[in-house]
Amino acid sequence: MTTTSLTTSRGAGRAGDKVFSAATLAAGCLILAVLFGVALFLVIQAFPALVASPDKIQGGEGFFAYIWPIVIGTLIAAVIALVIATPVAIGVALFISHFAPRRLASGLGYVIDLLAAIPSVVYGAWGAAFLAKEISPAYNWLANNLGWLPIFQGPASATGKTILTAGIVLSVMILPIITSLTREIFLQTPKLHEEAALALGATRWEMIKMAVLPFGRPGIVSAVMLGLGRALGETMAVALVLSSGALTASLIQSGNQTIAAEIALNFPEAGGLKVNTLIAAGLVLFVITLGVNMIARWVITRHKEFSGAN
Amino acid sequence: MSKRIDVKDLNVYYSKFLAVEDVNISIEPKSVTAFIGPSGCGKSTFLRTLNRMHEVIPGARVEGEVLLDGDNLYGPGVDPVTVRSQIGMVFQRPNPFPTMSIRDNVLAGVKLNNRKMSKGEADALVERSLRGANLWNEVKDRLAKPGSGLSGGQQQRLCIARAIAVEPQVILMDEPCSALDPISTLAIEDLINELKDDYTVVIVTHNMQQAARVSNKTAFFNIAGTGKPGRLIEYGDTHTIFSNPSVKATEDYVSGRFG
Repeated sequence: MTTTSLTTSRGAGRAGDKVFSAATLAAGCLILAVLFGVALFLVIQAFPALVASPDKIQGGEGFFAYIWPIVIGTLIAAVIALVIATPVAIGVALFISHFAPRRLASGLGYVIDLLAAIPSVVYGAWGAAFLAKEISPAYNWLANNLGWLPIFQGPASATGKTILTAGIVLSVMILPIITSLTREIFLQTPKLHEEAALALGATRWEMIKMAVLPFGRPGIVSAVMLGLGRALGETMAVALVLSSGALTASLIQSGNQTIAAEIALNFPEAGGLKVNTLIAAGLVLFVITLGVNMIARWVITRHKEFSGAN
Repeated sequence: MSKRIDVKDLNVYYSKFLAVEDVNISIEPKSVTAFIGPSGCGKSTFLRTLNRMHEVIPGARVEGEVLLDGDNLYGPGVDPVTVRSQIGMVFQRPNPFPTMSIRDNVLAGVKLNNRKMSKGEADALVERSLRGANLWNEVKDRLAKPGSGLSGGQQQRLCIARAIAVEPQVILMDEPCSALDPISTLAIEDLINELKDDYTVVIVTHNMQQAARVSNKTAFFNIAGTGKPGRLIEYGDTHTIFSNPSVKATEDYVSGRFG
């Protein structure tokens, strides 16, 4: 009998295992370290602005008075983008995954992915030079017919460079992210569940409601959150499109500002405490994004039992 | 609540490939009919044409007629959605909706057809369907829990409960026990025996003992070779097929000489 005992092992295989596990551990730690480093930098650099006397901060009324209008502006732009992009993206994804003929579907998917490859400055230029001009008649119409709603209060901006235009441009930018992620999720719906619905006499749309959307719900939430992350942090397009100003309720007048655009526009000429103020604004954006992602996690795990993963 | 099925000169194609050729068969109401045959002989494909589920696969089409009490399933203006709501199906692998509770799984098909239903009516239907599937006693205390938490055999009975909740004319079963252990298989076989009092049941099975145990009539399908279409070789009383078949191929298959 040969003497292969249980204690001898294949050396190479074990070494590969160790290298791989060390590499993944290092990658995981690196992410945490980078995140922690960014957070630490933001907090240290922001600190002077947070404790400075109110009259030293831009506007002369302290950091809070400076930051809250642009926080609201950021959220408004991001919400507009999500409200427009989410239903369109899910619709397109469903069309590609379940309705379109196969040849058309792959072509369409490719075109959508291309949208994601366009640099944001191009979107900004398109929004400022083309969309704003073309859309301003619509704003006039809104001001005349729905002007009693605070969000459509006139007079509409003549240039069309409003927060609503910025939101629309953002929605086009996040559309490919949400579409391609949800499309992948919808394609992964188990055939078994789709057939179960069809065999009960479901129409295609009912099958999607019974099997595809519930199965894809956590994925849809994640995709929307990634889109939201981009919308919150997008700088260039907003900076180019929006003619910024004080916080206003009306979406079709010029005014409002987002944190990212505010930082980008002011940073080059900033010095001293102004730099700290802008970094503090960045810290606030960081916290908002973190909060949004934590809420998304919570939404996903709330129905874990019913997720289909078990 | 049960109708007969008459199939006339049915050919099934996947695009240009002829998968099943020239099937003529009459399936009796309130009885169990078993389809047996080697893998790839087209019995599952044929089963799926009985409620137009084959149309889910792109390129699949049929020629010929399938009559449900005289009404052609493939007649002009017939909606496959209506067909499937009258001819229920149970699949090879249990497939309760993972995102739904046990109760919602049972009601899934009913909600499609009949939107207005009081809570009392729904509760009664859930209990009736789960009792009909011999599952009530095992799940009555956890109707709000997800269906995916049940064992495989329980999940399959939940799928049967879901199918009978819509009170179909016919129940098709595509190898319903092939993913289950012997005890669960026995439970499903007992259930099939009870279901035939109310429904027309058609079952595809690889297990010849199962066909012999549960069915009244048996159809044997075979193929001449790979790439050739499947055919219905012999159809008759289960007892005759297993003890005294008239075709040599049937005898070889049921006696275990091939397949």
